[in-house]
Amino acid sequence: MTIEARGVVKTFGTFKALDGVDLKVANGELLALLGPSGSGKTTLLRIIAGLEWPDAGEILFDGENALDRGARERHVGFVFQHYALFRHMSVFENVAFGLRVQPRRIRKSEAQIRARVKELLDLVQLDWLADRYPSQLSGGQRQRIALARALAIEPRILLLDEPFGALDAKVRKELRQWLRTLHHSINVTSIFVTHDQEEALEVAHRVVVMDKGRIEQVGSPNDVYDAPATAFVHGFIGESIMLPVEVSGGAVHLNGRPLDLAAPGDTAGASTLFVRRHDMVIGPADSGTLHGAIIHVRSFGPVQRAEIALTEGSTIEIDAPRDRELKIGDRIGLKPRHYRIFASG
Amino acid sequence: MSIEMTLQRAPDRPAQPSDVEIAARRDPRAEPTVVRIALITLAIGFLSVFVVLPLVVVFVEAFGKGISAYLSALADPEAWSAIRLTLGVAAVSVGTNLVFGLAAAWAIAKFDFPGKTVLITLIDLPFSVSPVISGLVFVLLFGAQGFFGPWLQSHGLQILFAFPGIALATVFVTFPFVARALIPLMQEQGTQEEEAAISLGASGLQTFFRVTLPNIKWGVLYGVLLCNARAMGEFGAVSVVSGHIRGETNTMPLLVEILYNEYQMVASFAIASLLAMLALITLVAKTILERNIDEDLPHDH
Repeated sequence: MTIEARGVVKTFGTFKALDGVDLKVANGELLALLGPSGSGKTTLLRIIAGLEWPDAGEILFDGENALDRGARERHVGFVFQHYALFRHMSVFENVAFGLRVQPRRIRKSEAQIRARVKELLDLVQLDWLADRYPSQLSGGQRQRIALARALAIEPRILLLDEPFGALDAKVRKELRQWLRTLHHSINVTSIFVTHDQEEALEVAHRVVVMDKGRIEQVGSPNDVYDAPATAFVHGFIGESIMLPVEVSGGAVHLNGRPLDLAAPGDTAGASTLFVRRHDMVIGPADSGTLHGAIIHVRSFGPVQRAEIALTEGSTIEIDAPRDRELKIGDRIGLKPRHYRIFASG
Repeated sequence: MSIEMTLQRAPDRPAQPSDVEIAARRDPRAEPTVVRIALITLAIGFLSVFVVLPLVVVFVEAFGKGISAYLSALADPEAWSAIRLTLGVAAVSVGTNLVFGLAAAWAIAKFDFPGKTVLITLIDLPFSVSPVISGLVFVLLFGAQGFFGPWLQSHGLQILFAFPGIALATVFVTFPFVARALIPLMQEQGTQEEEAAISLGASGLQTFFRVTLPNIKWGVLYGVLLCNARAMGEFGAVSVVSGHIRGETNTMPLLVEILYNEYQMVASFAIASLLAMLALITLVAKTILERNIDEDLPHDH
């Protein structure tokens, strides 16, 4: 099923949660809504589910107006951030809930319901927990039961709100892989909300980056990382060095000194230079276009991170391979391998 | 030099600290034994004089002339009428306030609307108003010179000095209990489970009976229990609206007072002993319910 949002606006009191959002989701896609808290991503998800109503705009499922139907009739599987499992019901009854509340004329027989629940518990690999209660499960187990419960109604769309938000780092990584595989096997159009860029880039087919109720960029994980469309996306995804520069006639100046960099044609005036930390090439003091002295070096994992005081006044952090020898006090020259310049404001 | 001098003079304490001092050092919350004994004695002594002793007196007086006198006092038609009336009034109050309490708690805990704080304050009103005033309000409304009095008389409806008046006054005095027990519980639980139920296709009624109500069942029972105890024991408000018609509009607490004033000690204390037993049962049930309510509260992770 395809999903389309057109000009969706939602305000809570004076806070504008969504400020004109347009989005198309293809059939069978696994899409991530990525953004900082307050960016409106959860609100958009809840509007698609019918748990929240937009002030303006349209939501279309397969081209049909979804706002004609309430949350009950939309047939959307929703997985809540804190699972929202029914605490007084066993795992089995939680998963069976959506089947038991169906109108009598389409309700399955008890035997069919049992078979279906068993099948779903097998799918999430937790059939041995059927008689337990939610309070007896670990966070990762609850998450998977919440997913099985949402899938019980054979939803046309699966929506997940921060699906791994409340889990510890190790379980998160395991479940990411698992979600991808699961999506591949059930192939239901799915949207998940996250503030964790690594999660979005690793799991989703396409990533929607949101900020302040607006969509900043929609693209593949590679697109949003390699070709950020806006200053916000560049700053939010991956770690970036940001330097305030002045652009005039295609020339870039840092603190009045010209840099050997070219600005895109339409930029002018106060701008920001963005460079990924690992895209700074370190050379001798007389090379490159930025110059400075190393004031601090830390090593972790495959990289070492050097703090550099630029002669132009700012301090930046760059990443270099571990085998590159860096000493505190060394004077070096820097040249960005890739960079982007966005007008400020 | 001067520092050394000071240091030498300082340790003026005994070299070996006492056991008490060592214990106090290891457990910073420990009080000296004397203080502990004093506190415990004070608490037990107070409870004995103000709670246990009166209870014992009630039962001693009730059984003062033997079991048969006690039983015949309870079998008296006037006593029976009071028991029936009290049970009836309690049933009406609990039923009404169960519905009202659920509705109010649901509205307050799950929705935001203007005037919410006013509603919460109003729910507490019966706790802050003297019961006598609560009764008087109904006299002013339904009495012969009252607001609705003439209309009621012309239609031959009797509210004051009859069952409806007593029930109304009791409902008023007891309405905070169910709502008060449920509001914090439902606020704590939030609305996520209800949202989950609706997104799974449940109707409003299905959501209420399958998700909301089972989650608050212990809280509901707790509220009903306290509401019932107060409804059966209410004196002030009921006394104002009852009219004290013997064998008709006397509830158990009113009858206790009347019998006592007539020096019918056994009969008076026999009825009182029933109320005392109700209190004891309520106390035990309350303890059990409080333990179960903890299970209703959300436990994260």
